[in-house]
Amino acid sequence: MSKILKTNALESEAIYIFREVVAQFENPVLLFSGGKDSITLVRLAQKAFYPGKIPFPLLHVDTGHNFPETIEFRDRLVEELGLNLIVRNVQDAIDAGKVTEETGKYSSRNMLQTTTLLDAIEEFKFDACIGGARRDEEKARAKERIFSVRDDFGQWDEKNQRPELFDLLNGKIEIGQNVRVFPISNWTELDVWSYIEQEQIEIPSIYFSHKRKTFVRDGLIWSASKYVYREEDEEVLERIVRFRTVGDMTCTAAVESEADTIERIVSEIKVSTISERGARIDDKRSEAAMEKRKQQGYF
Amino acid sequence: MEVLKIATAGSVDDGKSTLIGRLLYDTKSLTDDKLEAIERNSKKKGYDYLDFSLATDGLVAEREQGITIDVAHIYFSTKKKSYIIADTPGHVEYTRNMVTGASQAQASIILIDARKGVIEQTYRHFFINNLLRVKHVIVAVNKMDLVDYDQQIFENIKADFEKLNAQSSYDEQQITFIPISALKGDNVAKKTNTMSWYEGVSVLDYLEDLKPEYDELTAARFPVQTVIRPKKDEFHDYRGYAGKIYGSSLKVGDAVTVLPSLTSSKIKTIEFFDKHYEEAVAGSSVSITLEDDINVTRGDVLVKSDEVPQSSKTLKAAVCWMDGKALVLGAKYEIQHNSNRILAKIDSIEGIIATDYSGEDTSKNQLSLNEIGKVNFKLSKNLFYDNYADNKAGGSFILIDTQSNTTAGVGFIG
Repeated sequence: MSKILKTNALESEAIYIFREVVAQFENPVLLFSGGKDSITLVRLAQKAFYPGKIPFPLLHVDTGHNFPETIEFRDRLVEELGLNLIVRNVQDAIDAGKVTEETGKYSSRNMLQTTTLLDAIEEFKFDACIGGARRDEEKARAKERIFSVRDDFGQWDEKNQRPELFDLLNGKIEIGQNVRVFPISNWTELDVWSYIEQEQIEIPSIYFSHKRKTFVRDGLIWSASKYVYREEDEEVLERIVRFRTVGDMTCTAAVESEADTIERIVSEIKVSTISERGARIDDKRSEAAMEKRKQQGYF
Repeated sequence: MEVLKIATAGSVDDGKSTLIGRLLYDTKSLTDDKLEAIERNSKKKGYDYLDFSLATDGLVAEREQGITIDVAHIYFSTKKKSYIIADTPGHVEYTRNMVTGASQAQASIILIDARKGVIEQTYRHFFINNLLRVKHVIVAVNKMDLVDYDQQIFENIKADFEKLNAQSSYDEQQITFIPISALKGDNVAKKTNTMSWYEGVSVLDYLEDLKPEYDELTAARFPVQTVIRPKKDEFHDYRGYAGKIYGSSLKVGDAVTVLPSLTSSKIKTIEFFDKHYEEAVAGSSVSITLEDDINVTRGDVLVKSDEVPQSSKTLKAAVCWMDGKALVLGAKYEIQHNSNRILAKIDSIEGIIATDYSGEDTSKNQLSLNEIGKVNFKLSKNLFYDNYADNKAGGSFILIDTQSNTTAGVGFIG
């Protein structure tokens, strides 16, 4: 023992937020995508409630177009930590005729996730959904609260948000409303990677440099896959790439990289001149793509 | 890494966005794609300079109207620290937003246009920094390039501001004056040779050397957020009190008193994840176990037994109102003080405080959006509290509207 604890301010803040969620809500859930941010959330939740177990389930909204490496990783993590995982599939909403599959060159199930998420919230009566969104990622997210209230249609009223003062989080809602909670709001991409390095957190292999069949469109490197629409003249080449951000195959572009360890990823990000979401195809739809999705209930 | 939270305040067009943009640019925190987007949009709007507000105005309505509606958070880092700037809009609902930004801030930057000097808005910005007791204030006199870097102009503004400071009741506030040109980059991230008469440091150098962790050393407060009771055999009787430490550090063996029950015990262990510590500093989220098996629940506060605060069924506080529905006499609100919520009734409104230091209006019996007033409350239960001036965590609370559930206001006790 004989040590003085001097915690990392961002870690301490996130743990504080997790504990407020459990104290203020009856039925919280952690939205888990298999990406580095939600994996970091799992570690923080573990710390917040140790030696107890993480007192809420994980929800994965599966588009069906995920990288297989992400799904394998997800199942292993759940097994190792004894977590309760709920999976809801976008395919089910398509089959039920609630949403229609997009067609064409840029078709993706990214937008369709919202319906499945809102259905799951209703099915399980979740009152708090914890997500790994960060304010530095994207300009609409920069305006997010830590406790962000959504109405019963999941909508975000960005012009009428509750002020958040000091550490005083107000999670009072009416039946039907829910709160999106963002414990790592104040972390940057580098903070997340440094934390993964410091804590030696395991992450899916697609974050590390690997060989992949890809093609280039609009200056971005797309994965060649049966889920991704490709024109005949879009030539497939094997490239040495890794992913900086992980959505599903249809909305996440790769970056050329030789970084094969966390240490090398951290050094790569420190000198990177392109932002993380520069590789998100879903954000490129328009200047306000994220804000629009959030208003409709996206997280 | 060390994190420093800063709030910025300024009026319309005094270069706040340019200053933030300059800090991002000079610390190489703007990635190429973001910079290109700013260049593209600046050109599209017909500007012949880079409009950095495009980097901070995140909402469609903000970009359409060219105004900032809501607090934006901006991140950059140096080798030494991570910085979080709460950029608070200068006009619409400035009080609500500035109070929000300042409540999180360890330091604050007030911008003054060198051509205009100290104006009414400056009074208001400084007033909020006084009220919230933000310890470190940088008064950045901007647009020095437009006044030929004239030392006399800077000195005059400094003297005017000092007069304002004489009206402040917060004597320990550290005020630093820095002449800058955000557009040209003078004295922002580095010192340049345009103002050889200026002997101080640049804005960034000042921030780099700040040690805010020593500012708030005061009585330790440990509001219990939740009780950890693992249902595992090896931890059969384990009860860990989870919370964040405020004020100053707590040590194993400290005699503590539980509020409001006033039962006493000693700290048996201080735990963070799977490790035990002898001491944890303020700001740490930890779990604490006690020597004795006493009843402790969410809403309770552990304090050192020789530092028990005052308690009462009435409360007097400066309240900043943040809701469109005014605070009125006799109305009931829920007070959230630390992790505790109790019902409170508005007993009287002593006066509305003018945020330009011009006095108080004692004729009103309601408090409207963006007003700050002295309010007396009757509480449904006895509350242990600190004065905000002595202890920020124990001396602040939010008011929750019991019908809409919104955070309607914030109170500073004392």
